[in-house]
Amino acid sequence: MFTQTSPRGFARRVLRSPLVSVLTGPHGVDAYTELVDRAWTDREARATIVTARRTTPRSVTLTLRPNAPCARVCSEFRAGGHVSVSVEIDGRRHTRTYSPANVEGSDLIELTVGRHDGGRVSTFLNDFAHPGMVVGIGTPGATFELDRTAQRMLFVSGGSGITPVMSMVRTLRAEGSTADIAFVHYARTPEDAVYARELAAMPGVRVLHGYTRSGAGDLDGHVSAEHLRLAQPDPDAVYVCGPPQLADAVLAQHPGAQTESFVPPSFDTAESSGGRVRFADSGVDVEDDGRPLLEQAEAAGLNPESGCRMGICHSCTRRKTTGAVKNLISGVVSTAADEDIQICVTAPVGDVELAL
Amino acid sequence: MTVLEHDFTETAERPAVEKKVGDRTVRMTADQLEAFGAELDAIRDWVIADLGERDADYIRGMVKAQRGLEISGRAMLFLPPLWPVGTVLLGLSKIIDNMEIGHNVMHGQYDWMGDPNLKGQVFEWDTACPADQWRHSHNYMHHTYTNIVDMDRDIGYGILRMSKDQKWSPYFLGNPVYAFLLMVLFQYGVALHELETEKIRAGDISVRDKKDVLREIWAKTKKQTLKDYVAFPLLAGPFAPFVFAGNMTANLMRNVWAFMIIFCGHFPEGTQEFTVEETKAETRGQWYFRQILGSANLSGGKWFHILSGNLSFQIEHHLFPDLPAHRYAELSTEVKEICERYGIPYNTGPLHKQFASVVRKICRLALP
Repeated sequence: MFTQTSPRGFARRVLRSPLVSVLTGPHGVDAYTELVDRAWTDREARATIVTARRTTPRSVTLTLRPNAPCARVCSEFRAGGHVSVSVEIDGRRHTRTYSPANVEGSDLIELTVGRHDGGRVSTFLNDFAHPGMVVGIGTPGATFELDRTAQRMLFVSGGSGITPVMSMVRTLRAEGSTADIAFVHYARTPEDAVYARELAAMPGVRVLHGYTRSGAGDLDGHVSAEHLRLAQPDPDAVYVCGPPQLADAVLAQHPGAQTESFVPPSFDTAESSGGRVRFADSGVDVEDDGRPLLEQAEAAGLNPESGCRMGICHSCTRRKTTGAVKNLISGVVSTAADEDIQICVTAPVGDVELAL
Repeated sequence: MTVLEHDFTETAERPAVEKKVGDRTVRMTADQLEAFGAELDAIRDWVIADLGERDADYIRGMVKAQRGLEISGRAMLFLPPLWPVGTVLLGLSKIIDNMEIGHNVMHGQYDWMGDPNLKGQVFEWDTACPADQWRHSHNYMHHTYTNIVDMDRDIGYGILRMSKDQKWSPYFLGNPVYAFLLMVLFQYGVALHELETEKIRAGDISVRDKKDVLREIWAKTKKQTLKDYVAFPLLAGPFAPFVFAGNMTANLMRNVWAFMIIFCGHFPEGTQEFTVEETKAETRGQWYFRQILGSANLSGGKWFHILSGNLSFQIEHHLFPDLPAHRYAELSTEVKEICERYGIPYNTGPLHKQFASVVRKICRLALP
């Protein structure tokens, strides 16, 4: 997959030559090529949206063409895995993790993004994604491990949790698997069921739909032990992706199931501090005392680089990997993962992990 | 100007700051300073809350313009009849790269965007000075300790006498000569800043202590030299001398321009220096107060401000060094109004006037 034609390989060799590196220093060749096409970069993995189909009222299905570095990282993609997708909204880059729905080894990436009310990136992509738009793509990770020796497989998904399951089922079909495959999918209404037509036409896959709001599907209402039994009485491999309640319900019947739940981040501003601060690189964690992270790091015996201690020089900027923090100057609270913060003017709000 | 007439004896309130500026004395009480600081903080908060697409579009537009100028300038230098135009375009490219893009991006003005190519801590610019050293000497030392004699090494950059509080020695008789050399070789002067040559001269440290700094400077300077004076000229074949001369002239253009703008930031008549004693235990209001008194603006049109990297709004830049610089023009109206209300002088003037006063100062301070 993502084979490199030789002219492209030649162009890449030229662009990577020491001469070009000298001529384009200090900004690098990408700084010039990306002005021609945002996706023409040799270092940053990016992908261009080729099609944006809105097949249901609350989702958008995108196919994306990876650029050369993206194709290189995406060669590590395995069915049921995930990638991070970065988009710029109102000048700010936001990154979210999505599970591609495409078959393993595909030249194109396919993402189906369900609209989450209040979700900035999902709403943005549903409203504005269009062919030609360029997004950033991060290195793929594994969520599910597809068991190719299983004979009686049960896949369960809810809402936009369908995508990793689609990827696994499509991959099994493409590889000519002889396994007995049952696929249970829950959507709000028949209108909301993505991939319904493709699944209906897929040979060798028993597809059962349940509609949680409108009813009148193959299965009635929310997930039940009965639904699962009906689909695949004695499965030897079970995969479930959807809301936590769905995952829990399936786990109750099949404790060995592989699960993935997506929980929309929630944050309660009234809850202040009392969390643990973890300085991951140093392997130190302390209980938050409400002071700026820089002072807490120093109190813990660490010696991070710092400067003005008043939020102007940016010498102390560090990557916050997880957790909510408050900027003490602006009062802004942010919960984003992998965010660069000025630790001299930032205090934790609950548990925080810092690359320090 | 009511604040200036404030009667301190009557209220028995001691001024928290008192600074003689020319023939007047600026005084502010602790309460006034606090209110003054809060007003400036409010401006900052408002801008931070307002950051968005407009700022992103602006800086990306600048980057695009700079790359366009650079590519067309370098291409034209390969065609001798276009030499003058090519040289000017390349010079403008270097000026925009260093001033409006490099200096401002490296302040972290666009960090909020989350774009790795516009990230203050990793950005590199088209000049001999390694960006990492600049971030320390400029963002931290100069912006935190602005105009505090013996702490802010930007007062004279360790080679000039720019304040009467700097002790005179016969070495400073050469002040105008050193300043001229610094102007034409500005990129190398900036590159050598972190070497702290004055401490080496004084014997406080040895060159060996600065081994790593020197190695970094050499690595960056080597790359820049290879690009402008070897690789591009050689590519031009028979026209190599033209390309060489064009690149050198473009670098000179940038050097002289950057020197003029930067020297007009803190050295014109009326800008104040501070002592370590004066600035001990400063409040945020006092810090703002020092930034305003220690800086001077340049008046001019839109393109003048862009080419100066908006350092023509040096006062606003020193108050809000990490807010996108293209906003300083808008903020200056409010800042000026606040200064007027608190009776703080707001130093501004056209380039020729401000620069002339800097030249006078350089010459005057050559003598004891």
